[in-house]
Amino acid sequence: MVDFSIIIGGKAGFGIDRASVIIGRLFNQLGYRIYIYRDYPSLIRGGHTFSVIRVSSDRIAAHRSKIDFLLALNQDTLDLHRDKLKDGCFFLYDPELVKVPGQACGVGVAIGKILKEENAPEIMRNTCIIGALCKAVGIDAKTMEDVLRKEIPRELELNLKVASRGFGESRELTRVEPLVRERLPVVSGNEAIGLGLVKGGLNFYVAYPMTPSSPILHFLAEKATEFGIKVIHPESEIAVILMALGFAYMGKKTAVGTSGGGFCLMTEGLSFAGMAELPVVIVMGQRPGPSTGLPTYSSQTELHFVLNAGQGEFPRFVAAPGDAEEAYYWSAAAMNIAWKYQIPSFILSDKNLAEGIFNFDINSVEPIKEENPLLWDKTSPYKRYLNTESGVSPLAFPPEQGAPIKVNSYEHDESGITTEEPAMAKTMTEKRLRKEKYLSGELEGYKTINVYGNKDSSTAILCWGSNKGVCVEAAKNTDLKVIQPVVLWPFPADRFRDELKGVKTLISVEDNATGQLARLVKAFGFDVDEQILKYDGRPFSVDGLEEELKKWTRKT
Amino acid sequence: MDQKNLGTYALNTWCPGCGNFAILNAVKTVIAELTQEGLPLEKAVLVSGIGCHGKIVDYINTNSFYSIHGRDIPPAEAIKISSPDVKVIVFAGDGDAYGEGIEHLIFAAKRNIDITMIIHNNRVYGLTTGQYTPTSPFGFKGRSTPRGTKEAPINPLELMLASGATYLARGTSHGIELLKKIFREAIAHKGFSLVDVLQVCVTYYNMYDYYDKRVYELKDHNPADINQALAKIREWDYNKDAPICLGELFKKENVAGQEDSAQGPVDRENKIKEFLSSSI
Repeated sequence: MVDFSIIIGGKAGFGIDRASVIIGRLFNQLGYRIYIYRDYPSLIRGGHTFSVIRVSSDRIAAHRSKIDFLLALNQDTLDLHRDKLKDGCFFLYDPELVKVPGQACGVGVAIGKILKEENAPEIMRNTCIIGALCKAVGIDAKTMEDVLRKEIPRELELNLKVASRGFGESRELTRVEPLVRERLPVVSGNEAIGLGLVKGGLNFYVAYPMTPSSPILHFLAEKATEFGIKVIHPESEIAVILMALGFAYMGKKTAVGTSGGGFCLMTEGLSFAGMAELPVVIVMGQRPGPSTGLPTYSSQTELHFVLNAGQGEFPRFVAAPGDAEEAYYWSAAAMNIAWKYQIPSFILSDKNLAEGIFNFDINSVEPIKEENPLLWDKTSPYKRYLNTESGVSPLAFPPEQGAPIKVNSYEHDESGITTEEPAMAKTMTEKRLRKEKYLSGELEGYKTINVYGNKDSSTAILCWGSNKGVCVEAAKNTDLKVIQPVVLWPFPADRFRDELKGVKTLISVEDNATGQLARLVKAFGFDVDEQILKYDGRPFSVDGLEEELKKWTRKT
Repeated sequence: MDQKNLGTYALNTWCPGCGNFAILNAVKTVIAELTQEGLPLEKAVLVSGIGCHGKIVDYINTNSFYSIHGRDIPPAEAIKISSPDVKVIVFAGDGDAYGEGIEHLIFAAKRNIDITMIIHNNRVYGLTTGQYTPTSPFGFKGRSTPRGTKEAPINPLELMLASGATYLARGTSHGIELLKKIFREAIAHKGFSLVDVLQVCVTYYNMYDYYDKRVYELKDHNPADINQALAKIREWDYNKDAPICLGELFKKENVAGQEDSAQGPVDRENKIKEFLSSSI
């Protein structure tokens, strides 16, 4: 099995992010599977930004702590990451900018000089070092040029020239042989979410910028015409969710995207959605808090916030996808479920999923298509909140002749007129809550919990969200079972019980300090034996998690 | 459609003598007239916030979106964007529009989105039993400010003029004929329109006598002239005693708004596939 990792690093503004995607695509072109972890601080220029590009012959969705190549666009990159190199000399750098301590070593490429000679701007340092990397790993100039032609939007010819000069001044350290097999698309988790929403029938995407969900806003705004949607960026997250509810009232399928801080502002609108039975999909990308926290890093700290946000009691749906395929599938499913049950529906993402770069195999995703909601039959007089057996009332949307459509944040009767009558309040509360029972029933037909690894192992890892990738790989190496609930509400307790059969030790792996999923399953009577928690904003590495797991498994 | 048929079975719970009755009757008359002139009733969508004013949507038998406090404007904008041919009429209180939801109000004016705001400006919180609002005068003694406020009110019309509103008018709940006239004009206006109604709360801040002595209808005023409009808007600052002008204060026509054309049908399946194949 081929498996190696590259770190490219430099200051923010060096185009590290873009360069890492180009490097990923280069190896993707050779038939490898890739995963990219992006690490950047909350600033626009300066600081230290890096990406880990992991390349493997197998599907992967996690990084390893040791690396094979280091592309040092500045001194910090060499100083901070050289100790991760398996071979301390497999690094590429510009001798003008980066001083190598000790014995001369690595591949020096006079990037600054090349840029000067070609009259190229500083931002093209990354293109130059990509050229040097291609030579170092034995990628031929033709493949390099093909990928660059596709990936570089501006000043292509100059970029090609600079890359080719970098290629020329580098030397071959190893040779990565191309694999003959189907190549897969390379997308970010956020793009997969966006595509899933479109697949689910999205009409409007409304968002206020906030890491790690802003890239969905950018992606869908860029592609709005192509996908036949509209994208709106209003004055605040309060306006975002209220606009979404206005669109839902008009029959427009709408999603919003934010992170914890923005979601705080949305909670009054969320509760309104619960009362008025207005469907909306909320993409909640988690990052470490409290408050501003670590804005550009990852966490899994909002599970209970999302489960409990909003005053009053009302049903909701919460799914936490673990990779690009799941992000796509569940974003479409969340839209269908929101409209079928007229409830708020969450995609609980996190920065590692949102901004991670994955291969995406659409053919491996279960078929899913946009579903139509229950509509008014136009025979009986219209009542927006008709009390039905399932609790779901037929929908009509303005303008609809002969049917005044009244939605209401107050408790209301079947026609949507305010009421404070005790019997009606009880009836309508039960009507709303009844929908969750029917939703739970429908979810039995979905893959609400995924299981991987050695299914007979008596030790199982419990994880959710983006930790899927690292847990599945670590479990493979340690011969453990992995249980990954994707649907977190309504919690699929019966299926969870089934999957726990034969498991004696349950170890939870979460990116938070208090064990939020462990707390959730506890409420259903399931005990987690051990918890491996990480709350520094950075993702688990495969080897790091394996070490942690070995500590616990040795004990038992 | 006769205005009598526009009612609902909801029991009206406003206090006797409440200024909201004038707004309700004026709006029902205007909607009835518009339907007689050819507007299908279903093309009127009413939005309200929370407060005494909000109950108005329960009393009118057409489409309505009874929102939460201060949050009537974002859904109204979404309704208009979804369906540019509907008339969106937003009822908001002064606490609602000038307090809790003021950011939305400023942005709606800035966008010049084609909705009509009718502000039930009684200058007191009624439903929460008598606290000061953004338009209460300096020194107002409410239940949260028993020794009197120490801040001057905002002049909402001046704020709206600065924010880009393209239609501004003022009326009172003691002048239903004028209300009907300016409501009609505001609804007909293409762009963001706002009518500030000095609506009297008989229970917590009965200003009928005060207003009756000071109000006058604008004559020889050119609402297209922003300087004249500003001068008239500044004549009374919602604080010190001064003549209070009523009627159409500002009107700017043919300004581009936010709404645009509907989405064309696209083959999404294909577009998703195209995107994916370009991402290899």
